[in-house]
Amino acid sequence: MHRVRGLAPLALLLALAACEKRKAAEDTVASAAASGPAAGAQILIGHVASLTGNEATFGDSTDKGIRLAVDEQNARGGIKGRQLAVKTYDDQGKQEEASLVTTRLVVDDKVSVLLGEVASKRSLAMAPIADQYQVPMVTPSSTNPKVTKDGDKVRPYVFRVCYLDPFQGAAMARFARDTLKLKRVAVLRDVGNDYSVGLADFFLSKFKELGGEIVDDQSYKAGDSDFKAQLTAIKRKKPEAIFVPGYYTEVALIARQTRELGLTVPLMGGDGWESSKLFEIARGALEGSYFSNHYSPDDSGPRIVEFVKKFQARYGGVPDSMAALGYDAARVAMEAMARARDLSGPAIRDAIAATKGFAGVTGVITLDAEHNAVKPLVVLKIEGNAGKYVATVQPD
Amino acid sequence: MGRAVSLARSLLPFLVALPFLWALQRWSPPYPTLVLRYVGINIVLAVSLNVVNGFTGQFSLGHAGFMSVGAYATAKTMLALADVQLAFLPEPASDAVLFGFALLVGMAAASVAGLLVGLPSLRLRGDYLAIVTLGFGEIIRSVIQATPPAFLGASLGLSGLPLRTTLIWVGLGAVAVVVMARRLALSTQGRALFAIREDEVAAEAMGVDTTGYKVRAFVISAAFAGLAGGLIAHSVGAIEPTSFDFKRSMEAVVMVVLGGLGSITGSVVAATVLTVGLELLREFQDYRMVAYALMLVVLMLARPQGLFGTAELWDLWRRKRPAASAASAGPPGGAA
Amino acid sequence: MSDALVELLQHLVNGLSVGTIYALIALGYTMVYGVLKLINFAHGDVYMVGAYAGFYLADLLTPGGRAAGDGAAGAMLRALVVTAGAMAICGLLGYLIERLAYRPLRGQARITSLITAIGVSFLLEYGFQLQPWGFMPIPFPPGPSPRFFPELVRRADWSLGGVSISNYDVIGLAVALALMLGLQFVVFRTRFGTAMRAVSFDPQVAGLMGIPVNRIISWTFVLGSALAAAAAILNAVPRPQINPLFGLMPGLKAFVAAVLGGIGSVPGAMVGGLVLGLAEEFVAAYTLSSLKDAIAFTVLILVLLFRPEGLFGRVTVEKV
Repeated sequence: MHRVRGLAPLALLLALAACEKRKAAEDTVASAAASGPAAGAQILIGHVASLTGNEATFGDSTDKGIRLAVDEQNARGGIKGRQLAVKTYDDQGKQEEASLVTTRLVVDDKVSVLLGEVASKRSLAMAPIADQYQVPMVTPSSTNPKVTKDGDKVRPYVFRVCYLDPFQGAAMARFARDTLKLKRVAVLRDVGNDYSVGLADFFLSKFKELGGEIVDDQSYKAGDSDFKAQLTAIKRKKPEAIFVPGYYTEVALIARQTRELGLTVPLMGGDGWESSKLFEIARGALEGSYFSNHYSPDDSGPRIVEFVKKFQARYGGVPDSMAALGYDAARVAMEAMARARDLSGPAIRDAIAATKGFAGVTGVITLDAEHNAVKPLVVLKIEGNAGKYVATVQPD
Repeated sequence: MGRAVSLARSLLPFLVALPFLWALQRWSPPYPTLVLRYVGINIVLAVSLNVVNGFTGQFSLGHAGFMSVGAYATAKTMLALADVQLAFLPEPASDAVLFGFALLVGMAAASVAGLLVGLPSLRLRGDYLAIVTLGFGEIIRSVIQATPPAFLGASLGLSGLPLRTTLIWVGLGAVAVVVMARRLALSTQGRALFAIREDEVAAEAMGVDTTGYKVRAFVISAAFAGLAGGLIAHSVGAIEPTSFDFKRSMEAVVMVVLGGLGSITGSVVAATVLTVGLELLREFQDYRMVAYALMLVVLMLARPQGLFGTAELWDLWRRKRPAASAASAGPPGGAA
Repeated sequence: MSDALVELLQHLVNGLSVGTIYALIALGYTMVYGVLKLINFAHGDVYMVGAYAGFYLADLLTPGGRAAGDGAAGAMLRALVVTAGAMAICGLLGYLIERLAYRPLRGQARITSLITAIGVSFLLEYGFQLQPWGFMPIPFPPGPSPRFFPELVRRADWSLGGVSISNYDVIGLAVALALMLGLQFVVFRTRFGTAMRAVSFDPQVAGLMGIPVNRIISWTFVLGSALAAAAAILNAVPRPQINPLFGLMPGLKAFVAAVLGGIGSVPGAMVGGLVLGLAEEFVAAYTLSSLKDAIAFTVLILVLLFRPEGLFGRVTVEKV
């Protein structure tokens, strides 16, 4: 009897499944028609971000960058004579919330463009929705190659303005091996963070390929505050440098504890380091370390100086890389909207895909056929609690 | 009661629910549909946790761990079956059968995990059990993050999962969990679980195989948590290990206690109220969770026994009739 | 000394340094559990509030954060004031939490208070993640981004035969030991402690004996919360970064430590905290650090399977 009961609903499902499929197809068509906003109304930009939860500080930064960019555009008269507005929903750093609020932004709020998410795993939850409803999505800082891909195909509506993990990881490996002539490097990665894991993996394989040796590969978890167990273990392996591709929230403490253990080798990292908090908390522990970034603060390029000045005036703090990438993501999207023949999803999508030589604060952005930003990377050396320009790595 | 009658009675809720679900799926706009889907998944979670925390009185804090096992097992099965189509069925029907199969795999995997965690409950009580279940959830997360990306995707998780979860699947899952819990509560099994909750020593003295029943409760509960995991995985299209951390388990516990420990109706209502309530608060941005926290405290102070205590909706209806089947009437468990 | 020995000793120092923090937080869990049989899930967040209280107090005392100019005595005095202030603020917070969220539910099922505990925990976590309100004299709430916790005492590092030890490690261990001994004295040598143990043994009978049960419970919360604040300062000075969720993991770990030691037992919490700190350290150092949490929890489960009452818990005989 038990078995029969279990099978009954299954049989019924078969009958219904056919209807479900057809329904999904209809949804897509209906929304595509509706996605162009009514003329004269405000153009809405949707932003999905973690405003609460473990990664709230990144979502918060990105949102500030986006709002700055949109307000600037409004001050210049908006787009096609219409003002813009940003609608941000909090996803609490959860995939299913990201999926839910993305649907809400697209279907109910009828946004023209989606921005977000910081983390690749949440962008992966947003991407299918952007595709299904044909609303272009620009992610500021999701670096995993999978984000713009659906299997082997490129996701038609998903773009990004940041580096990819393979590019940044390999660039730092090449810099360590070829420029710094290092042979023995240890890796300390955030095992819960796909950005950190991705960078570590690509760094590791490139560095080995170039003849270097990875002497140790240790992990920590975001939210930890003591890293001495791992660092003591690394110390015994006598590396010439430690690659720590995490976010500044942990890197500053890691740097301090490295020095406290009497380990004086340089640390190396990626663009997740970029924040004034890094230096404030590390207090000199990072002197002589290297990280890759989008721009160097002593870059006197007017765009960057102006951006930093405006950001400081409005929010009273130096922008971190998340804020800069959020700013650029919004500007790439808005510039494309201005160029697009109308404000329907497909038209904006085509315009974003055609982005070429866009002068952003995080570099000159050209989007390639895979919807990834192709832009050079700068390597900075930390001296006197600030990054000093060392080298530029061009994308291949 | 004859077999046929019993079968008909357990099928009835599915038959009643189907047209409603189908109509909702057909005509409800996408965003409310999605919210309803989450409501349904939370119902599956809360009611299944109620079997352990409410019926049996064991304190489990690892429900998200079972959910995680179910989600990953379902997702891996679906990815493995991505190119399979059953030749004797049209494509949509074949898809539905395969998804149903994958969900069952997820439930099976989660119930094995439930067995593994249920076994320590032979020795541990109360808060010690809570710690073990919590630890189990953390172990799952930590192990998934540490396995090579090619298998479970490590910290990035699995993505590109086919979006097969519809309101109908979720609705049927919710109906199934409610029917299961209700039949369990009215059965000998359920009586034994209530006895364990009220007084484990006395239950054992009365000849109740406490160990066996506790483990069975864990297994059943875990299986449905696995179902919830499978449904959420194919609703979002992506899963990652931290989705199923101990905060998720806490959310499930909150729903169970807020609804009333041991009350199926309570769990259903609490899951609905909390999920929809949080959606309505969305406009408040970062004040939303502050409001949610305050709501929890105030609701609990106002109704310490939970919204429904141990009462059930169907008790109202049942009381009006003469006690036709006296053995199964009356609120389960009664007041502590 | 051989390299391996130096490394071993270094791990010992590191593990003790983390373990004392766990132990201090675990004491709060275990004391509250002792008198109320309640897991105070908000305890980790009280710890977080303690760190922020210290942060704001230090900022008020010396704007700019750094011990500029004044001597060691001045720095010590300031550190004491900040710590005592944070302990007082958290003690008050603990009192309020008990009074408003737990006491009204005293007669109800224990799990009910657990939900209000979770509610209070969320309230503190999400409340502290809000952007600052303009009308406050200090930038409160602090918002989600991490803050630098000021250096209350100047750091000094020593290398003893290759093992790095700082004055923070020494101060931390000394303060923690002093607090634990003080607590031990309070619990076993004072009238309050006797009353507390009586309440823990049987609140009803204790009430009948003329012990003001409610007052004892309130003071237990005050004491436990103050210890959490001290732990927060001891953790935040050497690892100077705080954020609104920074009590989450230590809170969870300390809860585990309390259970490991035998929840309800004061020496158990101390030993549990130290054991957990050391276990984590050695697991991370000598096995896969990516599996640190998994192995730590597996060890915990194994310990509980063989000693279901924890290391120091009383074996209770259940009577019908």
